[in-house]
Order: sequence, then structure tokens, then C-alpha cells
Amino acid sequence: MKKNLPILLALVALVVFGLVRYDHFGSAYNINSFWRYNSMFALISVGMAFVIITGGIDLSVGTVAAMSSVVAALTSTYGGWVAVLAGSLAGLIVGVLNGIIITRLKILPFITTLATSLGAHGVGLLLGKNDAVSIAPDSNFGAFGQGDLFGLPIPGIVAVVAALAGWLALRSTRFGRHSLAIGGSEEAARLMGLNVDRTLVTAYAVSGLLAGMAGVILAAQFGAGQPNEGVGWELFAISAVVLGGTLLTGGEGSIAMTIAGVLLLGLVFNLLNFENGLGFISLSAYWQSVIRGVFLLAVIVMQARVLKQRGRKRTAAVAG
Amino acid sequence: MALKSLKTLGNQAAQPLAAQTPLAAPDSAAQQQAKKRHRVTIQREVIVLLAMLVFNLLFTQHFWSLQTFNVNLTQVVTIVIVGIGMTLVVATGGIDLSVGASMAISGALAPMLFMNIPGPGGIALAFVLPVIAAAACGVFNGLLVTKLSVQPIVATLVLFIAGRGIAQVVTDGSLQAFDNPAFQWIALGKVGGVPFQVLLMFALVALFVWVVRKTLFGQYLLITGGNEKAAYLCGVPTARVKLIAYTICAALAGLAGLISISVNSSSDANVVGLGIELDAIAAVAVGGTALTGGKAYIGGTLIGALIIQLLRFTLLAHGIPDAAALVVKAAIIVAAVYVQRRSR
Repeated sequence: MKKNLPILLALVALVVFGLVRYDHFGSAYNINSFWRYNSMFALISVGMAFVIITGGIDLSVGTVAAMSSVVAALTSTYGGWVAVLAGSLAGLIVGVLNGIIITRLKILPFITTLATSLGAHGVGLLLGKNDAVSIAPDSNFGAFGQGDLFGLPIPGIVAVVAALAGWLALRSTRFGRHSLAIGGSEEAARLMGLNVDRTLVTAYAVSGLLAGMAGVILAAQFGAGQPNEGVGWELFAISAVVLGGTLLTGGEGSIAMTIAGVLLLGLVFNLLNFENGLGFISLSAYWQSVIRGVFLLAVIVMQARVLKQRGRKRTAAVAG
Repeated sequence: MALKSLKTLGNQAAQPLAAQTPLAAPDSAAQQQAKKRHRVTIQREVIVLLAMLVFNLLFTQHFWSLQTFNVNLTQVVTIVIVGIGMTLVVATGGIDLSVGASMAISGALAPMLFMNIPGPGGIALAFVLPVIAAAACGVFNGLLVTKLSVQPIVATLVLFIAGRGIAQVVTDGSLQAFDNPAFQWIALGKVGGVPFQVLLMFALVALFVWVVRKTLFGQYLLITGGNEKAAYLCGVPTARVKLIAYTICAALAGLAGLISISVNSSSDANVVGLGIELDAIAAVAVGGTALTGGKAYIGGTLIGALIIQLLRFTLLAHGIPDAAALVVKAAIIVAAVYVQRRSR
């Protein structure tokens, strides 16, 4: 818990700062649009958290989301639900492919997902003929990104449901507990008789599926499938997971804290917009990446200190 | 896991140290075996490259010309130069995602220097200061990895995100166009019909092949990557070795940034070096350097980059769109790494 304190404090501080300084920061409009936009990042970050907990990494989520957005846009002529299913399925297929290459061919996750990332980008460009694909104008697909349900943005609801499901899955399902065990020590998990390969394939499939859903939301929200969007999303997701205190070595991690990481990264952008809106100073949008980097650095430095202390304690315990 | 690492040390990394001591004679059989394996690994990539060359000579029109030669090589120069540094970092068991950002920073600084400081002094500064700035990024990465024991992916992620932002803030995101033959000679100059940047690339490859094979740093590098704990206990300054590797990697990326802006006659912080980390890592992987560390095949990285480029050229020359080439590239990376894994 101590490890998570800095990020939670930073999050509270940013929210309080925003509420005090800007009139409309707490308005329903701002909260809804923030939620709507960041739902895509929340989805891919939850998937990334699972993969990282198993000790792997998934660099393909960004271009998979882009590819899925093109697939969803192309299939939206057959109706909204078809587009949603087709887009998610496209993501799921790449995720399963990642899992199979990693477990069967025994290629490092980093290289595998790097390759499939290139492949997904290529497929997205081929399907979209190197350009954005608009969704069918008369379909109800757009509602999936722009619509509301009970006054709440639909993509936001999807993200919250996914995050809750992920949280529960990690806490109290066999898949979640096995993921943690494999991340802790793959060899030990294998020797205990866990089906390591199946768990790994599932983790990458979940990541691919959620990336596909993020792509569906992308297409629905902006009215077009974007084959060139999504580049760099994987690193956004990795930073969110790292900010949430999940170690890249695997074996531990938290879905709730990952969402906190997503919120923190999103708030930097939101606050910057408000600050520029006030008109006292004009910070270009480029500052957001610098500020995000500084946040990441601060969290890493604090985590490193906590981990060092923990390591020392453990050594002391072993010696005693 | 520990046993596996020890084995790696015995087979690969310990070999160069043994070569240093005069008492290494009884080990010569093992040495020869290691040498043989090294040669075999590189040879396979060379065969693939040659096969592709032969295919192109037979089936691609106008392939046998100086122009095709120059076009293909100038396309890979920045990837190879960044790839050399990446090979060193990968050899320590690390990875550097921030090379593109280092390129952007150096590419943003150079025009500011030679456009504002007239005369040869400005040009000289434009070559030196940006590379130093990039090297500083490498020192930052290296310190995070060694002093704070942050995982390399996370440590270099900081500058991957913030570095390009810094370059964009410095230039306010605007494009700096220029026309400065003296500065751009590094990319556009020709020596005997061959672009200077290509010669520079080959010189750097030769230099770092020598560094890895013949210098103490090179041997420390391989041992550190092979089994860091054992290396540390043997008295190898592992922290310093890693720090130097990250610094060299970033400095080379800075140099690549200068070449990249010279080719384009303009510097755009949004674009310089975008995505090059993935190209460089792909070249390293196809070139036979394992991402688990302990090996560094600089020549392999050159050949890996050439294979990927030649593949792209071949597909384009035969009318297959660039997007399809991406898919083929993905398959090539997986296939190459799989074949290397099996042979080990």
C-alpha cells in the first residue's frame, strides 16, 4: 500500500487543484467527456496490466486498436452490433496469435508483439487502403462511442465494466491467480502443475480483445476507422500500468491502481487544456508529454526507493 | 534460471576473458566451438541476404546500378547507426526505447546552432553539441538503470515520452527548414560516387565490431549481459559498463538525428526518428543478437537491417504496397528469431 500512496496523493492533489482553480472542471460535461475519451486508454491499460502481471509485455495494442477501428468501420454497414463484434473479434484474433507464438514458438513477448504490431498496422492500412474509413452514415454504430445510457457515456460504462471484471478476475478467478503465480516464477508455476501456456494465451487474448474494443470505440467516437491512429498507445498503457505500481517483472499488480494511472495521465492533458483556457499562460500541447514523463520519472524514483527498502528487509529476514 | 545463465556464461561470455589469459590453452577446444558457432550464426543471415540479392539481380529490373545500391544503403544508414548502439544495450540485457527521442532532440538543436551562429564555428558546434545533448539522455537512462535499478524498458520509457516533448517545446513544434551544404555534407556529400553517410555507417560498424571483439570494454559488455551477478563478483564494473553502453547508444542516435535532418533539409521534432526504436530492435533481433543479453553481433545488426530493407525494396519494386510489406516484415522477424532460437 505504501508503494501506491504517492500516486494516489498526486491524483487527489490534481483533482483538488483543478476544482479550486477552474470553474467548470467539476462540471458534468467535463467529467463525461473526460470519461468518454479516456475509456479507450482504460481498456488497453487493463489488458496490458494482465499481460505485464504474467511477466510479459504487449506492444501490439496500439496498432491492434487501429486495425480494429478500420474493421469496425468497414462492417458498420451491416449494423452497429456487427461492427462491435467484428472489431472486438479482430483484436481477439491478434491476441490469440500473440499468445500462440509466445508459448509455442517460445519467442520473447517483446519481439513477438513488436512483430504483430507491425503486422496489425499493415493489415489496418491494407483494409483501409492507406486512409481513414468513415462509418456507415445511417447505422446506429456511432452511438457506441457518442451515445449515452442513463445519462452516462456508453464507452465509459464499457470501460468501467471491463475494469471491474478485470479486478474481479485477478482477485478471485483461477485465471487471475494463475497469472500472478506465473509472473512470480514461471518455472515454479509449471512445476506446481499449472497450465502455464493456456494462462499466457488467455492473458494475451484478453489484451487483444480489450484493444479491439478500444478500436471499436475509437471508430464510433470519431466516426471513422483510423489505420494510423493508435501508434504509441501501447506505451501510454505501459506507463499507466507502471504508474499504478505494477512491476514489469510480473507477479504482482493491481487493476484498480492501473485505472488510477490512466486517470493521472489523462488529468495532465485535461488540466493543461483548462489552464490554456484561462489565458494567463499558453502552454503548447507539447508540454503534456514532458509533464507525463516527469510524473513517470517521479513515480519510478519513489518506487525504486520503496523496493530497495523492501529488498533490504527481505535480506535481513533471510539472514535472521 | 540461474543455472541457465551460468551456462550462457560458460559458453559465450567467459570465452573472451579466457582468451586474454595465457593459461587458456586447455580451453581451446571450447573456444573453437564457440567461434564456430559465432561464425555459423552470422553466416545464415549472410546467406539470406545473398539469396535476396541474387533474386533481385535475376527478377528486378535495373537492380544492378549504383543508384539502386545508393538508395538502398542510404535508407538503412540511420537504422544501422542506431542499431549499433542498440546492439550494445541489448548485449547488457537491456533495451533503449528512447533512441527516437534522442534523435529528435539532436535534430532540433543542430539547426538552431548553425542557423544562428555564422561561419564554420556554428557548423562545428552543430555537430558537437547535439550529440553531447543526446549522450546526456543516455547518461540519464544509464543512471536510472544502474543507480535506481529501474528496468530498462521503464527507465527509457521516461525519455521516450518526455524527450520528443522536449524537442517539440524547444522548437515550438514548428518545422525548421534550411539549406546549408557544409552541414548537410554529412548526408549528401559523396566520396567516389558513394554517399558519405554510407561510408560513415560502414566505418562505425567496423569500429564497433573491433570494440566488441578486441577491447576490454567489449568483453566486460558480454560478461555483464551473460550473467551480471557473476560478472560483478568477478570484479567487472557492471554499472559503469551499462552506463557507457546507454551513453554510446544515445550518442549514436544523436548522430543519426543529424544525418536524418540533413537528408530532409529540414528538422521536424514531430517526425525525426519516429518509430526508429522498433526498426533498430528488429534489425538487432534479425541480426542474431538475443534480447536476453550476453551477445553482440554488430555485423549481424548491419545485415539484419539490410535484409529488412532489401525485402521492402523487393516488394515495392514488384508492385506490392508498403502496407503489405509491413506484414511480411512482421513474419520475417518472427521467422528469423524462431530459427535462431532453434539452432541454440
